[in-house]
Amino acid sequence: MKPEEIERMRDEALAAFAAAGDLDALQEAKVAHTGGTSPLALANREIGALPPQAKAAAGKLVGQARGAVNKALAARQGELEAERDARVLVEEAVDVTLPYDRVPAGARHPLTTMMERVADVFVSMGYEIAEGPEVEAEWFNFDALNFTPDHPARQMQDTFFVQGPEGTHGDESGVVLRTHTSPVQARALLDREPPVYVVCPGRVYRTDELDATHTPVFHQIELLAVDEGLTMADLKGTLDHMVQSLFGSDMKTRLRPNYFPFTEPSAEMDMLCYVCKGESVGNPDRPCRTCSSEGWIELGGCGMVNPRVLVACGVDPEKYSGFAFGFGIERMLMFRHSVEDMRDMVEGDVRFTRPFGMEI
Amino acid sequence: MRVPLSWLREYVDLPATETGRDVQAKLISAGLEVERVEQLGADLKGPLVVGQVLTIEELEGFKKPIRFCTVDVGTANGTGEPQEIVCGARNFAVGDKVVVVLPGAVLPGDFAIAARKTYGRTSHGMICSGDELGMGDDGSGGIIVLPPEMEPGTDAIELLQLVDEVLDIAVTPDRGYALSMRGVAREAAIAYGLPLRDPALLDVPAPNAFGHPVRVADPIGCDRFTARTVTGLDPDAQSPIWLRRRLQKAGMRPVSLAVDVTNYVMLELGQPLHAYDRNRVEGTIGVRRAEQGEKLTTLDGVKRTLDAGDLVITDDRGPIGLAGVMGGAHTEIDDTEGTTTEVVVEAAHFDPISIARTARRHKLSSEASKRFERGADPAATSAAAQRTVDLLVLLAGGTADAGVTEVIAPSAPHTITIPADHPDKVAGVPYGRETVVRRLQQVGCDVYGQDELIVTVPSWRPDLTDPNDLAEEVIRLEGYENLPSTLPKPPAGLGLTDRQRLHRRVGRALAGAGYVEAPNYPFIGEHVFDQFGLAADDPKRKVVKLVNPLSDEEPALRTTLLPGLLGALRRNDGRGSHDLALFETGLVFHPQDELRVAGRLPVDRRPTDEEIASLTAALPLQPRHAAVVLAGAREQAGWWGKGRPADWADAIEAARILARESGTELLVRSGQYGPWHPGRCAELAVVVDGAEQVVGYAGELHPGVLKTLGLPARTCAMELDLDLLERASSGHPKGPKISTFPVATQDVALVVDKSVPHADVEAALHEGAGELLESIRLFDEYESEQLGADKKSLAYALRFRAADRTLTVDEASAARDAAVALATERTGAVLRGA
Repeated sequence: MKPEEIERMRDEALAAFAAAGDLDALQEAKVAHTGGTSPLALANREIGALPPQAKAAAGKLVGQARGAVNKALAARQGELEAERDARVLVEEAVDVTLPYDRVPAGARHPLTTMMERVADVFVSMGYEIAEGPEVEAEWFNFDALNFTPDHPARQMQDTFFVQGPEGTHGDESGVVLRTHTSPVQARALLDREPPVYVVCPGRVYRTDELDATHTPVFHQIELLAVDEGLTMADLKGTLDHMVQSLFGSDMKTRLRPNYFPFTEPSAEMDMLCYVCKGESVGNPDRPCRTCSSEGWIELGGCGMVNPRVLVACGVDPEKYSGFAFGFGIERMLMFRHSVEDMRDMVEGDVRFTRPFGMEI
Repeated sequence: MRVPLSWLREYVDLPATETGRDVQAKLISAGLEVERVEQLGADLKGPLVVGQVLTIEELEGFKKPIRFCTVDVGTANGTGEPQEIVCGARNFAVGDKVVVVLPGAVLPGDFAIAARKTYGRTSHGMICSGDELGMGDDGSGGIIVLPPEMEPGTDAIELLQLVDEVLDIAVTPDRGYALSMRGVAREAAIAYGLPLRDPALLDVPAPNAFGHPVRVADPIGCDRFTARTVTGLDPDAQSPIWLRRRLQKAGMRPVSLAVDVTNYVMLELGQPLHAYDRNRVEGTIGVRRAEQGEKLTTLDGVKRTLDAGDLVITDDRGPIGLAGVMGGAHTEIDDTEGTTTEVVVEAAHFDPISIARTARRHKLSSEASKRFERGADPAATSAAAQRTVDLLVLLAGGTADAGVTEVIAPSAPHTITIPADHPDKVAGVPYGRETVVRRLQQVGCDVYGQDELIVTVPSWRPDLTDPNDLAEEVIRLEGYENLPSTLPKPPAGLGLTDRQRLHRRVGRALAGAGYVEAPNYPFIGEHVFDQFGLAADDPKRKVVKLVNPLSDEEPALRTTLLPGLLGALRRNDGRGSHDLALFETGLVFHPQDELRVAGRLPVDRRPTDEEIASLTAALPLQPRHAAVVLAGAREQAGWWGKGRPADWADAIEAARILARESGTELLVRSGQYGPWHPGRCAELAVVVDGAEQVVGYAGELHPGVLKTLGLPARTCAMELDLDLLERASSGHPKGPKISTFPVATQDVALVVDKSVPHADVEAALHEGAGELLESIRLFDEYESEQLGADKKSLAYALRFRAADRTLTVDEASAARDAAVALATERTGAVLRGA
């Protein structure tokens, strides 16, 4: 067994591996150069027939050659597998810009999510959400709230009346579609012992024709707090907190005296325009569409709960005082989300609702 | 209430530099809702002068009569020559004084005046109407003819007071006093810390027995009645320009001198007045309640049938006016013939509630009724009558009759007792007693006492009745803007209720499944029940009806969400969105079996539980429903493959989503109801308190219904009672024990009759498999010729697992065999390949 022979076999094997262009060719070369009938395998077999004194040298010679061949095979195997893997990854590449609108996304209506959003500001402060019926007794909608039967304010709320039993006429049923969420105040006070801290979101009704700025069915959210020692400053602070939570930490509110039967003192509440922060006032170069360059946005009504309301609901006005406010969700949606036409909120067009998603 | 700034300055010496916007800001913070400040004549530019018409030449041959005039405008045109002007108006004659606008001027609306050719002549300016000058309606219907004493060339902008600012105030129902210059001036005076010249402070002669006789039969309805007489009025006397202009700026139309004066005094003092032609009043003027059915023709020419609750003014023949609302036509001042030379002036105070009811009953809201309803100042009647008399004497050359009639029902001033720190406690601000007293005095209260204040409210503030009313006066005058901002500390709350959480979850789950929320109005017409094919005795046909619906087509409240939701679907489809999945949750309304009137409970105490229950019994049942509708594709076609149309299974799956969210086991079975396709309708049921109840329906809608309603073919829908679903909820889910031993899977294919529902087969398999069964799932359903026309194959994957060991194949097979055996027994199922 000549060393040159063995080296030649080794070199031929190494050359064959290097020449193998893919894993199949390598497999062939592997069989040819490391298989049972390969020259090196045969040479190995021959070692047994050698005289004992030659065995060790021949064994070392063949063993080294076979070691080198196996190492080269493994190395080449690794190279070719890596090449193949890389190629497969390239081949498997896709166009990631393809759309996948197989089931178009759904959405909740922004009026719903807006109400939840506002309510959650107060829920996080410890308030509870109170609810009431939409078809409501006049007593809850008006009388308990200090709207006396002939009060002009009662006539100003364009009320839908429900037909009563046979023999009754007009508004004699004593049942109406609630004109505001305020009857829930009375219900909350009758249901709970003070202290009472509730918010009441819901649907309300007035006999307005639908147009760009009116809808006969709309939504309000009402807040009521009744406790010992509540003041108008507490009302102001609560309003400030709300607008900061909804519009940013530099927001604030402004109160202007107004009149509502169920609060005394009463106020109209405005919030600083969250877009121009009041800087458009007297500044014709930078007009603000959101607040019409007024600097303030009218939000709704508020005040200290009229002690007469407390009396009608069985709460001792000597011991407890309270504050309340309420405002329209549609309006807030209009100025917070630049909705220009109220009809878009009532027609259920999916193109309007979809962009609002799950939360607002 | 429209308040000209120039008029306001008559009562308060506002700084000359204060603009309308400045005053607006001050009044707003004092609580008057000044909605806007109208800038009169802001864009007006002269020359605008008095002219005297010298010649008029009628131009012929045009479609309408046209006049070519020469007008003396003094030296205003720079030449002193007559100004040549073409004019289309005809209500003037040679010698009349008119208002002329000369070239170079700009009229309101950016209307620039220049010499221009028209009707074949050159017109060097215009003879103006009130309209063109932005003066408002003067009732003349033509150009302005000025009193003869005016000098040609005089500046007419000044003369006609064309430049002014008008505050437009929306007066809240509690502040009747602000429906007068006097009231607004009082607020302005307080806001600026200036003295008020109260126009009601007049010398008034004491009442005597020589005045026009008056008899008040109802002193509650009318607690004050002053009557004064003025004679010798010049019937040709006209209201002077200043008076007309003030009325116009305040939004009223000048009519005739006597009427203008009463209107003027009403605006000034807030006291509605009425002037009767004395020669048309027979005998004693009376105030009483009308007799039921009595007739009266009011000034607006409407013949009215009176109600026994109406307060009327009478003479010996009967009613001559609807007290405090509108006078009668018969005793009207004659402003067309100009024959009235003697008037009786009425200044009275009427009960606000009575006036409000009458105005409402007759749908007749007048300037007078508006003021009485909101509470006029009863102490102002004498002064208002005096002011009217003074003006008639001054402007119409009349003579005040010495007779002064006053009928006054005795009344005590209203007093309120409050702790001196009450406003402090309401506001959360330590104002201190001194401030409180000073502020209350400013609004006109008399205040006595130290720690306890005894406050007598002024006659013009009938709205001040309660301690908090006084607190509001103090707080608003101290400035709402100066209130501090503090946060109360509510007790720890419980967060949302389970029901509220469920409502949110339902919305999120449906939106997550691709549905878009579409809340609809609850108004429906009952014809939809016929369109839906509901049986004649279907409970959904019993509706709550409105007395005054917006549309007679939709007078009822919904008992199902579907009409509204399908309307939204149709609207979207019509606008080009055809692949639709919509949902709505909201209340539906079912009348009680027995309709009741909701009584008017007292408000001076808490109603009893029985009283509250009586109101509840009068309200309809108002459960919350949830519904979905689908049309077009549920899955779109795309590069991934074909799309899939929405079908009955989607609608039923929507119900399953809701059941899952509410933790309720939903029973789905074949059903038939109303608008649904009879073969593709699932009845949805739940178990509430041990009893099965139908909670809703789902599936494909009936093709006939879809055709009638104009909806897309194969539209599907689901509606269920969310409240009922919630009541069936099993509450909080229990955490399952998870076994980590290996799963043993066994598939079975069963052949059953086509009519056997999968649910029955699955239930039997489930029960038969015993407790080793972890889950079961139908993975295939098919029919074929080999199976036979009335057969179908259902293939189920059963997964078995034990909590404590690895199952042997034999154990799993035994469980499977038991499952199949029960299915065979219950449903006649045959194991395929067996």
